[in-house]
Amino acid sequence: MNGALDLFAQVTVNGIAVGAIYALVALGIVLIHKATEVLNFAHGDLLVLSAFVAWALIERAGMPFWMVLPVVALGIGALAYGLDAVIVRRIAGQPQFSGVMLTIALAFMIRGAVSMGFGPDSRSYQTPWSGQTTEIAGVAVTELSLVIMLVALLIAVMLWLFFSRTRLGVAMQAASQNQLAAYLNGVKVKRLNSLVWALGGVTAAIAGMFLAPVSLVDTALWLITLKALAAIVLGGFGSLPGAVLGGVLIGLIEQYAGVYLPDGFKDIAPYLVLIAVLILRPRGIMGEAHGRRV
Amino acid sequence: MRFDYHTRYAQGFALFRHRGDWLWYGLLLVALLAVPVVASTYLVGELGYVLILCVASLGLMTLSGFTGQVSLGHASFVAIGAYAHAWLMAHGVPFLVSMPLAGLIAAAVGLVVGIPAIRVSGLYLAMVTLAFSIVIEQVIGMWRSVTGGFTGMLVETPRLLGFSLGSPRVFYYVCLATVVLVLLALANLMRSGVGRAFTGVRDSEAAAYALGIEVNRVKIGAFGLSAGITGLAGALMAHHIGYLTPDAFTLLLSLDMVLMVVIGGIGSLRGAILGAILISLLPNAVSFLKSLLPAAVQRQTGLEIFVAGLVLGLFVLFEPTGLNGRWLKIRALLENFPLYRRDTFRRQKTYMKSERNR
Repeated sequence: MNGALDLFAQVTVNGIAVGAIYALVALGIVLIHKATEVLNFAHGDLLVLSAFVAWALIERAGMPFWMVLPVVALGIGALAYGLDAVIVRRIAGQPQFSGVMLTIALAFMIRGAVSMGFGPDSRSYQTPWSGQTTEIAGVAVTELSLVIMLVALLIAVMLWLFFSRTRLGVAMQAASQNQLAAYLNGVKVKRLNSLVWALGGVTAAIAGMFLAPVSLVDTALWLITLKALAAIVLGGFGSLPGAVLGGVLIGLIEQYAGVYLPDGFKDIAPYLVLIAVLILRPRGIMGEAHGRRV
Repeated sequence: MRFDYHTRYAQGFALFRHRGDWLWYGLLLVALLAVPVVASTYLVGELGYVLILCVASLGLMTLSGFTGQVSLGHASFVAIGAYAHAWLMAHGVPFLVSMPLAGLIAAAVGLVVGIPAIRVSGLYLAMVTLAFSIVIEQVIGMWRSVTGGFTGMLVETPRLLGFSLGSPRVFYYVCLATVVLVLLALANLMRSGVGRAFTGVRDSEAAAYALGIEVNRVKIGAFGLSAGITGLAGALMAHHIGYLTPDAFTLLLSLDMVLMVVIGGIGSLRGAILGAILISLLPNAVSFLKSLLPAAVQRQTGLEIFVAGLVLGLFVLFEPTGLNGRWLKIRALLENFPLYRRDTFRRQKTYMKSERNR
């Protein structure tokens, strides 16, 4: 009995740690979608790129992890800013599907470029917390997952403060609610949208650099976009707190499915949840309900 | 540009809009029929594959291009068609019966997948279909008794009236016949009431509803039809591959199909065909390109996917109407040669319109 309870606690902790990563990725995607109405399918590939660059800086150039973290985050942020300012901005005003296609195109190009630049092999790197565990109330927790949870929490809080307390954040909110009205009120919508992309890029980079030591540095990491989508839908499309909640829930569901359900369910559980939520309750847990506009 | 001045109602429903079209399409068909006689076996095999992808692309075009429903998971219907066909053949069902049956099975699954389309649209539908295809891929891997799981499943050689259809040259004709039949069926469907209902739902659901079109039924029906056609492509694909494993039908195939439809030009049968041809020839073009580059570049992976992304990106940015739109522009240029105006096809500037509340 006690063993079962221990297992449950262990699985729960793992689930939250994995979920924290999903939450970070989901946050980035929702940020960009809220501001620009582009569903960024290239998000996972920005994450892959940051993992590979971090690997190169740590293993090849010998830089310490804490120095690599801000460098890569800012670099990917600048890249994301450029992607919006040069490419994605051009399709404003076209149907939503063009945005999907364009970001899929970007995703392919980034993935191809990473694969060409670094080769197809997967690799790994160490963080200061790798391989160490601590016990909290009898449950063994790897220090890395503790750090991941803390980082995710920190980013969520910082984003919340940013959007509610700063001028820039409020302007971003305004632009995401009604671009034309915000523009008429003197908000520089174009520049803000690019800044939101940069912000999304930074979260993707941080998620990537913490995800890579948990799994492997590999181009297949982009698949996390799909799980993040499940998290976003579950939490309610377009809601930032919903994205965080959805991410953690998807992480938990996935881990529980791996332990308590038959073989194979772990891989499809997030997608089954996604389908079920969209059919039964399309607005998710924290999404806003709205009528249909004709 | 040729304008259609109709003088009789029947002209509005004609299969070929212009008198010369019969001749040109006839010549094209004759040329395609003659290909196996002159071309090498390898080339014929490749062309057969292009034709299979044309069928798949037409299937997705029915849904995304004509009815406006996005699907990022059409590879699952290819997979269902392929496995159903292989299973039926293994259980003694003759080729000519098994192929339509495979299409029907895929269509039945498509009807079920279409049900969410009533409640969700746009991005959400894209995500449902995406999730569905991932689930199907896993189910195929797990359902060992029928599909052989991840180890795979051998496809029997197709036979018709005691003759083997297995050789590339003969199989090419099977593929060609399927493409022609599907094209004719779709061209006829699109000028019937059902086809008009499809486009009506695509252009404005509310208006279509107000005109008495049963929007929900049309959407689900389009899903079923599209899945059925894609299933036919899957049945042909089974013979082309010869040995079925789940990783032949991943997300990448779904995305490839979407690429065909978008690059070809949303909402046109010609576009579906052109897109399928371009996307299926892209890997060959890239490997040719690689042979020209230095050896260090040749060994690298990832160039294919990079080029695919580049092509897609350029089309979305600079030619959203796809190859079909480009073809129409070139034809207009040739027809009015000295008097062609660039602004004929200029897009108007639009404000960002929110699709959030749809």
